Amino acid sequence: MHTAVFGILADPTRRRIVEALRSGEHAVNDIVEKVDIDQSGVSRHLHILHKAGFVQVRPDGPKRLYSLRPEPFEELDAWLRTYKENMQESFSRLDARLERMKKKEVK
Amino acid sequence: MMQREKIQHKDDMTVTLPSDKEVLITRTLHASRELVFEAMTEPRHLKQWLGPRVMTITVAESDLREGGAWRFVHRAPDGVDHAFSGTIREFRPPERVVRTNTYQNIPGAESLETMTLEEHGPMTKISIQVLFKSREQRDGYIASGAEGGMRESYERLDEYLAKA
Repeated sequence: MHTAVFGILADPTRRRIVEALRSGEHAVNDIVEKVDIDQSGVSRHLHILHKAGFVQVRPDGPKRLYSLRPEPFEELDAWLRTYKENMQESFSRLDARLERMKKKEVK
Repeated sequence: MMQREKIQHKDDMTVTLPSDKEVLITRTLHASRELVFEAMTEPRHLKQWLGPRVMTITVAESDLREGGAWRFVHRAPDGVDHAFSGTIREFRPPERVVRTNTYQNIPGAESLETMTLEEHGPMTKISIQVLFKSREQRDGYIASGAEGGMRESYERLDEYLAKA
C-alpha cells in the first residue's frame, strides 16, 4: 500500500464525506446537506474518492447513490494490526530483557 | 497466588488513536519502575529488544539528559537504513521522558514522544504518547512501522511453505 490511501483521507472534506457515508447509501444532495459544502465541492471530492476505490456508486432512477467500499478501510486496519503485532513482539523481548536484568545477568 | 502470577504476565498492550495526530501505546511490565526506565532509555538495553526482529540496530546513541541528542539506526535485511533521531526535552528518572523523534525516511516527519511510567505494586505501567503534526504523518508512520512486521510475516510464510 500506497501512502496514496493516507493522502486521500488526509483531506478534511473527504473525511467528512466518508463520515457521512458511514450511515449508509446517500445521494449527492443528502451528502451536501450533511457536510455543509457546496455541490460542486462534494462532487469533486466524491469523484476523487470513487477513483481511489473508497466509494462505489449505483444508479437509482434519476439519482446516483454513493456508498463506502470496505477494502481501503480494511487495508488501513491491516496496517494498524501489523504495527501492533510488531510492538507486541518488541515488548515480549523487553519482558525477557527485564527478567535477565532482575536476575542481574546483564548490567 | 499462582493464578495471579499468570494474569500479571498477560500481554495487555493497547494501541489507540485518541485523536487525528496521536498514537497511544500502553502496556504493563513485570518489573520495577527503575528497571523499566533503564531498559527503556539505555542504548545497551534498547539494542536487545527494540524494533522488528529482522532489523539490525547499527547505531544506538543517547545522551541521557535534558537537551541531549539521541540517534538510532535500524538496518533492514534489504540494506535500507531507517534512521531516527532527536533531542531529549525532559529526562526525569524513573517516571518520564519527553523527546522529539525525526524519522529520516519521511520528509518532515517529526513527532513528540512522551513516555510515562506508573508504579502499580511490583508492576509498571508504561504509556507512550506519540504526537504528530498531521494525520497524514501519523498514518505514514504507522505504515512504515508496520513494514518490518509485514516483511517478517512474509518470511515466516516462506519458511512455512518451504517445509510443507
